[in-house]
Amino acid sequence: MFDVRPVETDYVRHRAAQFRAQVERRLNGSLTEEEFRPLRLMNGVYLQLHAYMLRVAIPYGTISPDQMRTLAHLAETYDKGYGHWTTRQNIQFNWPRLVDIPDMLDALAEVGMHAIQTSGNTIRNVTTDAFAGAAADEVADPRPYAELLRSWSTDHAEFQFLPRKFKIAISGGKKDRAVIAAHDIGLRLVERDGRTGFEVWIGGGLGRTPLLGQVVRDFLPEEDLLPYVEAIIATYNLSGRRDNKYKARIKITVLERGLDTMRAEIEEEFKARRRDFHGADREALAIFKDRFRAPSFRDAPVDGYETARAANPAFRSWTDTNLHPHRVDGYASVVVTFKAPGQTPGDATADQMRLLADLAERYGHHDLRVTHDQNVALPHVHKSDLPALYDALKAAGLATANAGLTSDIIACPGMDYCALATARSIPVAKAIADHFRTEGLEEEIGNLNIRISGCINACGHHHLGHIGILGLDRAGVENYQITLGGDAYDIPAIGERTGAGFPAEEVVPALDRLLRAYLELRQDASERFIDAYRRLGPAPFKAALYPAQVDV
Amino acid sequence: MSKAFTPTAARPGVITANDLREGHNVWMCEDGWTPDPARATIFEDEAIAELALLRAIAQADQVVGPYLVEARRGPNGPEPVHFREAFRQRGPSNYFHGIQAKDSAHV
Repeated sequence: MFDVRPVETDYVRHRAAQFRAQVERRLNGSLTEEEFRPLRLMNGVYLQLHAYMLRVAIPYGTISPDQMRTLAHLAETYDKGYGHWTTRQNIQFNWPRLVDIPDMLDALAEVGMHAIQTSGNTIRNVTTDAFAGAAADEVADPRPYAELLRSWSTDHAEFQFLPRKFKIAISGGKKDRAVIAAHDIGLRLVERDGRTGFEVWIGGGLGRTPLLGQVVRDFLPEEDLLPYVEAIIATYNLSGRRDNKYKARIKITVLERGLDTMRAEIEEEFKARRRDFHGADREALAIFKDRFRAPSFRDAPVDGYETARAANPAFRSWTDTNLHPHRVDGYASVVVTFKAPGQTPGDATADQMRLLADLAERYGHHDLRVTHDQNVALPHVHKSDLPALYDALKAAGLATANAGLTSDIIACPGMDYCALATARSIPVAKAIADHFRTEGLEEEIGNLNIRISGCINACGHHHLGHIGILGLDRAGVENYQITLGGDAYDIPAIGERTGAGFPAEEVVPALDRLLRAYLELRQDASERFIDAYRRLGPAPFKAALYPAQVDV
Repeated sequence: MSKAFTPTAARPGVITANDLREGHNVWMCEDGWTPDPARATIFEDEAIAELALLRAIAQADQVVGPYLVEARRGPNGPEPVHFREAFRQRGPSNYFHGIQAKDSAHV
């Protein structure tokens, strides 16, 4: 279970009080908007297309039932009854009034939560595997390291004005489920000669210049984590560009200066910084490892689970798609998707949040995780509890059996909410999901990652979708570019653009042609779309997307 | 969207912003700011529009980020030209929220 941090609760209360005073000064004219803007951004407050937006940090996606209930309270009291899970495992509220946000931050502080560093050119929420501490293939639990990085980076005086925002992800499993290759720093937990450490990647990122990270250190002992990460960010802080915000991320610094140059500078900085760490970080890590100790797992029969699977095809289908292998016999991790038919991807109502909190207490060892693909996981559920859990989820419309399937789409808020967007994402995602469900093709297609961004900033991670969709404004009309072959997990890859974009109403027919072609082209049902794409290359898939061009 | 839009008689415009306290979209009208885009003042003269925009910027105690944007004359008042402005005037397409829901709590 995740503990609220009492000492830091005082700190976040103090920050909430500071922000209340800043809002008051803005409203009474003591602060101009130009002066206030960076202050509100430091507290996760954006001004979007229709309203203010508050982005609340959920450190490494780990959240307790009481914290989840607080989010439900905020959704109901200060928003319009819902919140939106983000790809940084956070939550956004789309409709708060500026005058209410200080009260929201006070309510969050009561459960040790806040919105600090969810915006601005600082170190953002550290993300990790949603199945941390549970996954069968785990090398080591990434959460203690994520917590170490979180506590170190929060309000870190040296890193409050970086050239640009900075994102760190940690993967603990043999399979990367934290997308480390697309982060400013990616950390993969590995073991070497009996020692735990990290493979360190730098320079990954999406946006207008998508680049995969590169390995800067193939093994970093765990005790050197903070000094080495500090050395990377300190090097970037000085050498990263500040003349052009589009060239200010570390991916551009690495690209322009070269990995070898960066590595040499980082190692030099590391030597100096390491001397300044006197062991407090290692003591903290030991405390965090204890904080994230495993719950008391039950040793009980799973007969009821097997009986329910045999008796109920819908339950069996859900368990086939929405469970993840657990490291303890008799247990599974459960993915609750927020991609039901007609639903906005990643939106959760207050009632749904409360239900998840209750179910986590009843069946999930009081543990909940927000996943980077905008779902929620219960990492520890005994299989004998799965039939009852399924029934409770189903009654609330939360038992859609689609994790990792066509309708499990990552979509940014797009122009329905975002001030930066150039086109909408949500209606396109819903239309695609509805179409393939209606056609009955979703199960046949199998694993497929579709990702949609409403602008080139790529918050929907379209570059990493097996099928990526980018919404643009073409002469005052929404238009959607399609990329193919991206992958966030097995073999990290940036998708390749296929050709001219499609008007909104032609996106679904284009994907229908594409996926029917895939079903014809695949060797058998075990060959996923991305596997077939890698085997065959883009040509047959482009031909399906653009049949008229092939005819000519 | 272009924040540097300059209205003319052939391509009129309106001034829009966000309400400082509540965040919702507002339009400059004859008696201040309105959440009803149909009541927005239409500008057809560059100089008059620029002066009005300066006045809007000076009202930082009421609004955030005012800008001029193209609009066309319609039977019930100014209408949006670009789809972004149409979304701002209507609200999101996935929920009946925002301006389209007149009885909502915040608009």
